[in-house]
Amino acid sequence: MTTIVNSPKGDPAVREDTPGATRKPRRPGRIRRLGLPYLLLLPALLLEILVHLLPIAIGFVMAFKELTQLYLRDWGAAPWAGLGNFDVAVDFNEPVGKALLHSFWITCVFTLMSVGLCWLLGTAAAVFMQETFTGRGFLRTLFLVPYALPVYAAVITWAFMFQRDNGLVNHVLHDQLGLADGHPFWLIGDNSFFALLTVSVWKGWPFAFLIVMAGLQNIPKELYEAAAMDGAGIWQQIRRITIPSLRPVNQVLVLVLFLWTFNDFNTPFVLFGRAAPEAADLISVHIYQSSFATWNFGTGAAMSVLLLLFLLLVTGIYLVLTSRGRKVSRG
Amino acid sequence: MASPRSFIWSRRIFLTLLTGFVLLPVYVMISSSLKPLEDVSGKFRWMPSGLTIQPYFDIWTTVPLAKYFWNSLIVAGAATVCSVVIAVFAAYAVSRYQFRGKRVFTVTVLSTQMFPGILFLLPLFLIYVNIGQSTGIALFGSRGGLILTYLTFSLPFSIWMLIGYFESVPRDLDEAAMVDGCGPLKALFRVVVPAAIPGIVAVAVYAFMTAWGEVLFASVLTTDATRTLAVGLQNYSTQNDVYWNQIMAASLVVSIPVVAGFLLLQRYLVAGLTAGAVK
Repeated sequence: MTTIVNSPKGDPAVREDTPGATRKPRRPGRIRRLGLPYLLLLPALLLEILVHLLPIAIGFVMAFKELTQLYLRDWGAAPWAGLGNFDVAVDFNEPVGKALLHSFWITCVFTLMSVGLCWLLGTAAAVFMQETFTGRGFLRTLFLVPYALPVYAAVITWAFMFQRDNGLVNHVLHDQLGLADGHPFWLIGDNSFFALLTVSVWKGWPFAFLIVMAGLQNIPKELYEAAAMDGAGIWQQIRRITIPSLRPVNQVLVLVLFLWTFNDFNTPFVLFGRAAPEAADLISVHIYQSSFATWNFGTGAAMSVLLLLFLLLVTGIYLVLTSRGRKVSRG
Repeated sequence: MASPRSFIWSRRIFLTLLTGFVLLPVYVMISSSLKPLEDVSGKFRWMPSGLTIQPYFDIWTTVPLAKYFWNSLIVAGAATVCSVVIAVFAAYAVSRYQFRGKRVFTVTVLSTQMFPGILFLLPLFLIYVNIGQSTGIALFGSRGGLILTYLTFSLPFSIWMLIGYFESVPRDLDEAAMVDGCGPLKALFRVVVPAAIPGIVAVAVYAFMTAWGEVLFASVLTTDATRTLAVGLQNYSTQNDVYWNQIMAASLVVSIPVVAGFLLLQRYLVAGLTAGAVK
């Protein structure tokens, strides 16, 4: 940072040059200019390297090492494992691989459902709130509360609501509505999947709402006016104008929601604690648990690398498909 | 244009249900924080049997909440200030200069956003432990390590948001300032930054929220002395009792700073968050 602050001090030296020689004073100026963007980027770049790129690189190396508790103090000394860690991670006949595959499928199904519901709720709310009505501004602010609340505070509250004996959910479902048979468990067993889904949608849909609302502002009013003149009702306008116009916005939104939901660690970790129930064993918590419970960081790193490859593949395919779709719809 | 009745009724029903869904946990949080322990340990009731504000006093002694609060405040505050300053420099470079590697930089920075946190966690943990052993700089278990980590979490998004804001400041303005004898940095701070204040506020709110709400790295990279709220809030249960009323009171107390800040400044944040996605 000091270098950046100091750089303008070079100016006097430049100005001392003879006024006649126009080329000479310009050269140092140009060099400084060329260097300046890099100087400005330097802090961001160094931090990105230290906290993101270097750990990824080390993660890749770790994935090929037999990194157990013994080598934690000096991980470089850990023996090479070759593809051993990957073999363990993807051997679906053995417990480790089987659990990973199970967690992967759970995460896929969970992500699809959560992203779908978040998108649906967010879009519906944004479309319904497109025109002004009394209380619109207030509702808009209110809907952002789940987004603003710190994850742990919100999720702990949900954990309380899902308690078997003293929670709101069982009280309403069984005591008040008579829908549930007795007081089921929500935070262990198969129901935990739906508990997690509920919390994830509650927390995630406002973001979809925000983005779609912004997208709606870009649709020209004339389109609706012309459609209304042609006799299109409001439902038809939504189907024919609103939804198709949101396409580019949705392409970004769905990708962002997918990545966030797929990688989500905070929600299951706060809801269930260190070890999630089998039915809601999302992949982030699964890798965390299998690394820190056994202190076998090598296998954990191998799983992380596989996860990264999967995400890169899906994102790549998605970007190719959506950009092709864009070309077709344009042509 | 008058909407048909079917539309208005669908809207009413949908928005009412959605409001209920959104507010349910907020109601539970507030009402349970005012209940005596017998109430929250027994069957759920919508109305407390007796109102008490005792939990709001007890939260500070059951666990060292003030210490967690202080840790979170320092970590999130420092991460916010640093990430805003660094993002301003980086975004200025990207929006105002053509240079080699510009695309590589923006793509790399943005793509780190898609990587799962768990991918960085184990190596970062080892890097911090090893740096501590070889140089004596305590990154593992210290607030410094957590600040360093958090400021990079919000950095990519902050840079991205600020590029958009800086682009909206006409180039003529800072070029004119430079013609008048300002250096590029002077032009940045005298012209571009003041014009992009809403964007900078948005970035600051976003960075603070990110740091205040993070759980994964806080649970691994801190020790007892440096625990943040994210981890500390889980300590209200003992072998025999879970102090749900205190948990709810503490959740409310730690949420107030961010929710208040967010609601006050949401106009800026929403504009910043959505600008990138919509363009």
